[in-house]
Amino acid sequence: MATFIRDLKRPRGEDPGVGQVDGQADPIPFYMAAGEQKQKSKGGGGGDGDGEKGEAGQKLADKGEELKEEMDELLEEIDAVLEENAEEFVKNYVQRGGE
Amino acid sequence: MAIPTVMGTEVEYGIMVKNDPDFDPISSCVLIVNAYREEPDGQILWDYDQENPLADARGFQVEGEKYTPNQQENIARNKTLINGARYYVDHAHPEYSCPEVTNARDLVIHEKAGERIIEVSRREANSLLPDGVQMLIYKNNSDRKGNSYGCHENYLMDRRTPFKKVVEPLLPFFSTRQIWCGAGKVGSESRNHPCDYQLSQRADFFETEVALDTMVKRPIVNTRDEPHADREKYRRLHVIVGDSNMSEYTIYLRNGVTALILSMIEDGAISQDLTLRDPVRTIREVSHDLSLKHELTMDDGTTRTALQIQEGFLEMALAYTSSRSLDAVQKDVLQKWQEVIETLGRDPMELDSKIDWVIKKRLIERFMSRKNLDWGDAKVQMLDLQYHDSRPEKGLYYLLERQGRVERIVTDEEIEHAVYNPPRDTRAFFRGECLRRYPGEVFGVNWDSISFGLEDESIKRIMMSEPLKGTSEFVEELLERSETAAALLENMGS
Repeated sequence: MATFIRDLKRPRGEDPGVGQVDGQADPIPFYMAAGEQKQKSKGGGGGDGDGEKGEAGQKLADKGEELKEEMDELLEEIDAVLEENAEEFVKNYVQRGGE
Repeated sequence: MAIPTVMGTEVEYGIMVKNDPDFDPISSCVLIVNAYREEPDGQILWDYDQENPLADARGFQVEGEKYTPNQQENIARNKTLINGARYYVDHAHPEYSCPEVTNARDLVIHEKAGERIIEVSRREANSLLPDGVQMLIYKNNSDRKGNSYGCHENYLMDRRTPFKKVVEPLLPFFSTRQIWCGAGKVGSESRNHPCDYQLSQRADFFETEVALDTMVKRPIVNTRDEPHADREKYRRLHVIVGDSNMSEYTIYLRNGVTALILSMIEDGAISQDLTLRDPVRTIREVSHDLSLKHELTMDDGTTRTALQIQEGFLEMALAYTSSRSLDAVQKDVLQKWQEVIETLGRDPMELDSKIDWVIKKRLIERFMSRKNLDWGDAKVQMLDLQYHDSRPEKGLYYLLERQGRVERIVTDEEIEHAVYNPPRDTRAFFRGECLRRYPGEVFGVNWDSISFGLEDESIKRIMMSEPLKGTSEFVEELLERSETAAALLENMGS
């Protein structure tokens, strides 16, 4: 039992954005269900300083193209998971009031 | 001095069953809540003795019938979890009330833990349904047909602060905070005011400024006076005006900033008069104005935009905090809020990885442009609904999160931990640990009490009227040396 309630040690004084937990029991892989697990860095940009202007411009264009492709992929992925018969589906989504 | 922050949220989820024409929402909810099994799992009653939802903060008791289910129904509808949460059937919705927490970061962790518990329940419930029939759950607030269900925030407040002093600044604050914490909605449910898209899920449903109701004639400030704590010392502000947010960043600000404003109210730090002429009309107008440029009429006849009103609150907050030491989370909340307010003044769409209504709008617009759709298309409405879908493989918010397209505040590990562990710094610790350690002996639970059924058939109730006692600091050692609930009671000297 003692191990089960192991302490959650989050460094309180630090930047809360980077807090980490240790002493974890096996976490349930909640997000393992769907497709790929790729992490994409947003916005990125920023040349690496070497190379000439033309090269940098080309890099930027390539980057733009890459971002567009990523976006297209995302939109296709969404289209693939979107419920079929949307019209019927949203019509049937009826709730009773709550609270 | 303002009292320390103690807060929590109650999230009601929307449900539907695919391919079942005889779908009954209440029995489906009972199935969902009971499909969730914890180890250990006791048959525990929710203790309605202490409840009084008809007490009004303005100082009177409303006539009406108090609902108390029989024992069997009680157990079927209520679960108290070892993380200190209450998970139950509320009318026709499964509802998750997270345990009491002391800061916005823990609030995000525990609200998100609720999303996972809901999804685990849904899968378990589905395994009991016939082939082809599938239950689906949505963390949103409207069916787009005029029916709404809530995401309520609760904040502990000092009873010495007169309620009138609480209400005055909250009306303009709550009518306009949706510009940074709205969850976004396709279309309008206000017949006379159609729109393509609006900031908030809930804004169409508010009809009055201040009242006790939550289901009809909804008020911007709710007066339910049920502190679930020492009522001489505390009130619980029950906030019903908010949306069910998916974005961690938005949840973090929603609760973190609101808690800060409430501390300012307690400390008399509201120095600007931001009273609106018509808050009820304002809340709808703000929600329907995507440009954030709409001029609202103030009580003194001048005009301001919603953003200017929020800037007013920010100015007051910066002045208030300049002479106080904030903890790391409060500092971070304030900084992020300031950045968001500044960004809204520049271009709201820059917040497309942070604020729900912007994330959703960006996603829908990109999809519309690629597929050549307009706002009235059923697919667009589907995108709105599916943004809130509880399934990690189908929910569009989760899809964006998996792809690193939304900014996070907490880690998956922390959320998983919170599924099975209460916060350590509120009375939720005592509640959760008693359930973990003495499942067979816990008889009934409420927010401010826990009772044990002992071998001699007596029932002993322990009151927990101080939300910041029963913490690990106060009770862990006591629990460690108490093998049984009987020993615990003996060690407590009862």
